[in-house]
Amino acid sequence: MSKERPYLEVKDLTIRFETDDGIVQAVSGSSFTLEKGQTLGIVGESGSGKSVTSLGVLGLHRTRSNAKVTGEIWLDDEELITATDEKVRLLRGGKMAMIFQDPLSAMHPYFTVGSQIVEAYRVHHPGVNKKVARERAIDMLARVGIPQPERRFHDYAHQFSGGMRQRAMIAMALVNDPQLLIADEPTTALDVTVQAQILDLIRDLQEEFGSAVIMITHDLGVVAELADEVLVMYGGKIIEKGPALDVFQQPQHPYTWGLLGSMPRLDRDVRDRLTPVKGTPPSLINLPDGCAFHPRCPYAGRNGNRSFTDVPLLRDAGLGGPHLVACHLPPEERTKIFQQEVLPNL
Amino acid sequence: MVAYLIRRLINAVVTLLVVTLVTFGVFFLVPKATGSDPALLYIGKQADPVAVEGIRTKLGLNDPIIVQYWKFLKGIVAGRDYANGPDITHCSAPCLGYTFKTNQEVWPILIHALPVTVSLAIGAAIIWVLMGVIFGVISALRRGSIWDRSVMTIALAGVSLPIYFTGLLALTIFVYGLEWLPNADYTPFFDNPVKWFTGLLMPWVTLAFLFAATYARLTRANMLETLGEDYIRTARAKGLKERTVIGKHGLRSGLTPLVTVFGLDLGALLGGAILTEAVFNLRGLGYWALNGIRTNDLPTILGVTLFAAFFIVIMNLIVDLLYGVIDPRVRLG
Repeated sequence: MSKERPYLEVKDLTIRFETDDGIVQAVSGSSFTLEKGQTLGIVGESGSGKSVTSLGVLGLHRTRSNAKVTGEIWLDDEELITATDEKVRLLRGGKMAMIFQDPLSAMHPYFTVGSQIVEAYRVHHPGVNKKVARERAIDMLARVGIPQPERRFHDYAHQFSGGMRQRAMIAMALVNDPQLLIADEPTTALDVTVQAQILDLIRDLQEEFGSAVIMITHDLGVVAELADEVLVMYGGKIIEKGPALDVFQQPQHPYTWGLLGSMPRLDRDVRDRLTPVKGTPPSLINLPDGCAFHPRCPYAGRNGNRSFTDVPLLRDAGLGGPHLVACHLPPEERTKIFQQEVLPNL
Repeated sequence: MVAYLIRRLINAVVTLLVVTLVTFGVFFLVPKATGSDPALLYIGKQADPVAVEGIRTKLGLNDPIIVQYWKFLKGIVAGRDYANGPDITHCSAPCLGYTFKTNQEVWPILIHALPVTVSLAIGAAIIWVLMGVIFGVISALRRGSIWDRSVMTIALAGVSLPIYFTGLLALTIFVYGLEWLPNADYTPFFDNPVKWFTGLLMPWVTLAFLFAATYARLTRANMLETLGEDYIRTARAKGLKERTVIGKHGLRSGLTPLVTVFGLDLGALLGGAILTEAVFNLRGLGYWALNGIRTNDLPTILGVTLFAAFFIVIMNLIVDLLYGVIDPRVRLG
């Protein structure tokens, strides 16, 4: 046990919800690590388990009596799943914070933005008086680039523009200098021009504070821009994982190919159609047998139909790096398909 | 804000005018259409024609309906004289006329009845809001539990059972059976606060039961909706104590919609809780409304209707103004 633990280590995280319709297997056996100063991108469709994973790290499923979370989550050498509610609560918003997707619904409509930031600060700094907390909040608003922070402090969320609102949300998340910042689709609800500003802001703040960032998104462009490492999730499982550059240059999973193929690109003829991933995401209550992706996979029939029966494990992709993939196709065949069939169409 | 307020007040006055017009029209035109004569109601059926004609002149029943309505409005604002030659009766403002049966001024009767209804309504309101909110919130937090299901079953019963059932049941058990409480009775608060309280306790609880049931269900539904909101998740993500999450962030938005319902319910009750007052024999506005209907006493009915409309309009205005304060998204002006 000489090797030190990474700042964040998630081991075999499994999250399920018991509902009237059956057990929802939202996340199955996810493992990943993240160091300070690094950014992990989690990519996948809606319902792939990416948001549930991040809420799990924050321990936000604890208030849901029908949620069952197993595995290990180590943050700065503390295990969080077995920790008490109170302990996790104190870490939440302090050491680890989250930026949500839609800042209008994620901010309370009846409290001023300023008071919500003050509240976040004071809960982790109980000794601090209101005036100091207020100064801190205004400081943060200024830091994230909100003009006239003293005045905006007293405004409500609905009085902010979309981009300013997301900045305020970021100010609220960062007010306690979190070492782990989880951003759940932080730019999805924003205009494209504002998206870029927000991503720049997150990157700048990360450099400034040296925090670890988990960036959850379905936008591969965002990941390409920010992430050091990428996880691709499908049906609650990690199906591909590796350094961002590797995953983008040599994607290994047919689903990742599909994601890349459905990304619009400026350098392509506008008359070329995008190639979407056919079919719909699987039901998490009733996952397909074998590889969860096989009903949508054009290559599922290859390699002796194993995809229909055996669940592929996340293994070395055979590229001589830390790149992992969960696919039954042999590495050579994958490379061949990618080079000959996928790449020319990207 | 001031402009808004003035606009709303003008609005309220217009609404009340329309209410007087409609009620006046209904109560004074319908007898005409059916051939019954208000003068006969006033003087009794066996009266001699000269006396009837005298009453008609005195009440102004021979005037065109518009003139009658105008005099009625003028009476409310400035008082009016009822004259038949030298026989002049002055009714000072605000004048709602005289009761047919007992020839008393309507306004003082209603003003006298008002504290009874106000005491009944306010006392019951405090009980039902407290009970409804507390039970509703706990049910929401323990959704699906035995507690939740029992409370919601009782609430369903509360909504379904009429006052004349629960009221009589309460009377039978607590007054005549166990003799825990005195019979319901109104004592002015400043005469004897204790008697005021004990005398009204049973009507309060009975009336409150009906409303608390609705409020518990409403609170539960609102809270469940609120607790599923993104900003509640944000509050938890900030590391707030669960008590703060529920008690501050949850209640703040979960209870806001109740303000509207509460304002209207209270407004309606202030116009007279007819069934409750009848069951417990309390002489509030509801009692006089019932009395007026039973004896075909048009001026009383008109008066009570005006009171009721006034309270509804006022409570509506208060609710709207309050909303501007409690919900920053509602802009006044």
